[in-house]
This record gives sequence, structure tokens and C-alpha cells, in this order.
Amino acid sequence: MNESREDEAWLARPATIRLLWRVLWAVLALTVVAQLVIKVKGYYAVDGWFGFGAAFGFISCLLMVLVAKGLGYVLKREQNYYRSDDNDV
Amino acid sequence: MFESLPPALILVAAAILIGLTRGHLRTAVVLIAPVITLWAIWQVPDGVVSTLPFLDYRIEPVEGSALRRLFATIFALMVFVGGLYAFRHARWYELAAGYAYAAGAIGVSFAGDLITLFLFWELMAIFSTIVVWCGGTPAARAAGIRYAIMHLLGGVVLKVGIEGVVVHTGSIDIQPMLAGNFDTWMILIGILINAAAPPLSAWLADAYPESSPTGSVFLSAFTTKTAVLALILLFPGEPVLIWVGIFMVMYGIIYALLENDARRILAYSIVNQVGFMVCAIGIGTEMALNGAAAHAFAHIIYKALLFMSAGVVIYRTGFSKCTDLGGLFRTMPLTTVCGIIGALSISSFPLTSGFTTKTMISQAAADEGMVIVYFLLAAASAGVFLHAGIKFPWFVFFQKDSGLRPKDAPWNMAVAMVFFAVLCILMGIFPETFYQFLPYATDYVPYTAGKVLFYLQLLLFSGLAFFLLLPLMKRTLTISLDTDWFWRVLLKRIGAAGLNVIAASGNRLAAAFQLWLSSLHRFARRYIGVSETGNQRGVFARTWPIGTTAMWIAVLLSAYVLVYFVS
Repeated sequence: MNESREDEAWLARPATIRLLWRVLWAVLALTVVAQLVIKVKGYYAVDGWFGFGAAFGFISCLLMVLVAKGLGYVLKREQNYYRSDDNDV
Repeated sequence: MFESLPPALILVAAAILIGLTRGHLRTAVVLIAPVITLWAIWQVPDGVVSTLPFLDYRIEPVEGSALRRLFATIFALMVFVGGLYAFRHARWYELAAGYAYAAGAIGVSFAGDLITLFLFWELMAIFSTIVVWCGGTPAARAAGIRYAIMHLLGGVVLKVGIEGVVVHTGSIDIQPMLAGNFDTWMILIGILINAAAPPLSAWLADAYPESSPTGSVFLSAFTTKTAVLALILLFPGEPVLIWVGIFMVMYGIIYALLENDARRILAYSIVNQVGFMVCAIGIGTEMALNGAAAHAFAHIIYKALLFMSAGVVIYRTGFSKCTDLGGLFRTMPLTTVCGIIGALSISSFPLTSGFTTKTMISQAAADEGMVIVYFLLAAASAGVFLHAGIKFPWFVFFQKDSGLRPKDAPWNMAVAMVFFAVLCILMGIFPETFYQFLPYATDYVPYTAGKVLFYLQLLLFSGLAFFLLLPLMKRTLTISLDTDWFWRVLLKRIGAAGLNVIAASGNRLAAAFQLWLSSLHRFARRYIGVSETGNQRGVFARTWPIGTTAMWIAVLLSAYVLVYFVS
């Protein structure tokens, strides 16, 4: 189960993960800054705003995760829920 | 004569041959039959190819068009790759059922009239149920029965609608209609049940993940996409479909986010993706219908690819839950890469097939000035990256080190995955080559710098949201309730309660009867007495002294004489 340090995969090392985070932030920043050069036409005025796609994507996901989390309290059941009173079907 | 036979029959014959042959011969049937089918599909010209008299109708088993050939093509391609993926691991009857199931889908694709459509529709229902049963577990058996009930029910609803249309219009032709009266509503509902539309969408995520690793690859492709084709043929521009589609899109995302089972995540994202297509059909313009057809084509490829990568994981590890998996990238690099390509495609990342097809649907919404629909679809695109694009590969291949060190995919599964992965990329890079096969001519340009940048922002910031919100998405050993709760639990409870009421009233009835019986008994004892004990007899059963008897006889006789004289 426990890996010894030397054969741990490159991708799983903390240093790599820190590096990947830095790359991610850099790429994210790049996609927004690129809008200074590349004009996003957009179908409506608002989706051509600076960084609109970024904000819209992030906020949409935040809302969806929160809604899912909230619904989860109502909808989630223990995984054998049906098996316990459904075994004759 | 030969051209007038439905191409579907080739696969029916193949399904039978799979049962009759063994070894290399069977492998040859599995791999060659889809190729012949593909060839036959491209021999079908536009228009009605053949007609047959049936009862008082002239049915049209084969009718060609660009749209029909497009769907039949991807179905046949799917059979080939699915067969390649499965032939060394699936049992022969699963392969045979899968091929007959696909024959149903191809039959529907070319069905020129409602009767033929219904016939092949039911063929799909029967053999897809068998594919579910081939999961081989008690859970698969139970899910298969629920699946069969739902699809036979859907078939009956569809049949009611078809009969109504035939009786009231006298036409069995497949032609665009709107859901305006009872008959057309029944047809629409019957088709939507197969499309996994609300409120009857639970069958999909219930049944598909219970099938075998190879079976789910077949199941992911045919039923819902045949429903999409039927909707394009019968209900283009039906406004209700826009909102049905939007609901499906959101439903798929939310349920996939809550889910722990890797294949169930993918099952919910089928509903999500079919939602995009259903919404497009509701918009109904040429651009929208092109988008729906193109997206169905692309979707079958990347969804099968995702199910194949999940199938390899289950085949190698025996686990399908995110809580059991993780860290598999170490020993399964090919499966990981293929899974990621499928995940990027479903998320419509630029340079994948999802981008070149799904953006057509957004374009169509924007062209029609549907602001809300457009932004909901954009939000949903972000959500797809969240629930399928990152969640699936992250929890299966990365996440934590589960300690599992399975081997990578067997060669045939690897070839099948690579084939579809390459197609995902090719369709992303050379969209124009693909667009010429769409039902309507289009000059749509998917790649403009602005659009690519917009989608990159949208998707990458969704990715950021995923990793920042990861603590909120901790996997739990749970399932999520769906509308099927109403018949799997509530209906059962109502039934049980009803039985209890009947049993209770039965008991009360029995008690009343006992009471009546014992009062009768008391009455009898009072006047007749208990037979066994001589000294406790009732009034009429006592032995009376002879004098009393004589006295009573005298009284009776005098009464008689009196009556005689008076009257």
C-alpha cells in the first residue's frame, strides 16, 4: 500500500503538484489577459466583456456544486438503500 | 432486390451467426459483419427504396437521407469498435444480443414508416434488456427487469400514439409533426422515455452501470441516440423540447456531481449530453438540427470511449466506485490518456469533436435570439467539464493512491479505445470533412479566435472551481434518490399498507364473526343446552315430568277445539 519515496510517481509528488498549480494559475491568467489582444465578439454585449467567460464559468460551477451539495442532503441515501427493501423485485 | 433489404438485417444475421459459430470464425463474424453493414448503409440512396404490403398499409422498410445515413453510420461504426472491444471478454450471448440491439437501432434509422419504426424500436428494447442481464449479478437481473418494464411501457405509449395517428390521419408516414393532440403527445412521450427525459430518466443510471464492462459500451450508444434521431424526424422545432432538453442537461450535471460510481457518473452525463441534442431539436432550425445530429455522432464516439476506459478499469480491478479507485495512471497510462481524451471531448474542449459539434447548438440558440437558452447552455458546458471532464478522470485515475496496480488494457480493448480517441481528435481538427455529411449544407466556422478564447476561459475556470471546491465534493458511499423512488419505494409502501389495511379489516371481520358465532352459541346453550352434560340442558331439551306433558297436550287440544268452533 505505502509507496517508498523513490518509486513514487512523478505526478504524485508534492513538488510536482505545486508546480502544476503554478502552471494552472499562469494559464488561467493568460486566457484572461489574452482578451486584451484577441477580441471575444460574443453574441450579446455582455459575453464580450473582459473576462466574462472566466467569471461565468467559475460562478456557474460554484452554483452547481452548491445546488448539488444542497440537494445531496435531501437525495443522498446509504448505498444499499434499495437493496435492503427491494430484494424481491 | 438486394438493395431493398434493410441493412439492419445483416446485423440480425450476424447475431444469429455469433450463436452458431465458434473461435476464429465467430471473431470473423463479429468484426466483418459491421463492415458489411457500413457498406450497405452507404448503398442506400435518398428517398424510399422499397415498399411492402402489410395488412392494408404499404410499409417502407428502407428510406434513405443524409440524416438517416449519418446515424446508421455511427451505429455501425459503434458496433465494429464495440465488437472489437468486447469479443475476447464478453460471452457469446452478450455479443449476439448487442448485435441484435444495434440492428434495431440501424433499422429505426432507415424506417420509412411508423410501423417499421415501432418494430425495430421493440427489437432494441428486448435485446438491450438482455445486454443488461448479461451483467450476471442479482443487481443486474433486478435492474434489467425494471429497465424492461420501463421500455415496454414506453413502447406501449408509443404504439398508442402511432395507432391514433394512423386512425385519425390515415397516414403511416414518418413526417414532421408537433405535439398538438393526444396522438402526437403519446408518440412524443414514447420517444422521450427512450431519450431518458424527465420524469422517466432514472432507468438509464439504474440499468447501464449494472451491465458488464463490455455491455455498458453497447448500451451507451444506441437507445438514447435512436430517440434523438426519431425526434429529429418527427418533432423538429417542437418548443417543449427546448425546456425538456435544458432540464436534462442540468439534471445530468447535478446527479453526476453527487454520484460515487464511475459508470453511473458517465450514465448521468449521457442524460446531460442528450439534453443538449433534445434542446437543439426544440430550437429546430437547420443549424440546430445539424448541431443535434453532429453532436449525437460525436457523442456516441466519446461516450463509448469513456465507457471503454471505465470498462477496462472495472475489468482489471473489479472496482467501479470512486472511493475504491484512484492513482491508476501509474500502471494504466494508455487507459488514462484515452479516458482524458474522451473527457476533454465531452467537455467540448477546442481541438476535440465536442467543440466542433456542441458549439453549433449554442450558435443556433444565439441565431434565434434565445438569450436565456444560450447562457444556460454555456453554464451547462462549464458544468460538463466539472462533472465529466475532470471529475471522472480525476477520481478514477488520479485523486489518491488506492494502492491498486492493475495492468493496462488488453490489446483489443486498447486498439478499440485508441481508434475512438483518434476519431475524437480528428473530428476536432478537421470539422469541415465531417460537416459535409450533415443533413443540411453548412458554412459554420467553429474556430474563431474569440470563440476559442471564450471557451478556454469558461472551461479552465471551471477546472479551477473543481479543484478549489474539491472539499465539497468528497466522495461518499451513497446513491441519490431519483423519480424511480416513487415506484420502487413509495408504491411498494402503499401496496404494503394496502395489504395491511385488508389484513386488518379481515382480522376485524373475523373477530366480528367470532362474536356472532359465540352469541349464537350462547343462545343455543340457553335453549337447547349442552349435549354432553345431562343436568345442564336448555329449556327445550330438558326431560319434563309426564304430568306436565299431559297438561300441555290438554291445553293444545282445547285450543284446537276452540279454534275449530270459532272459525
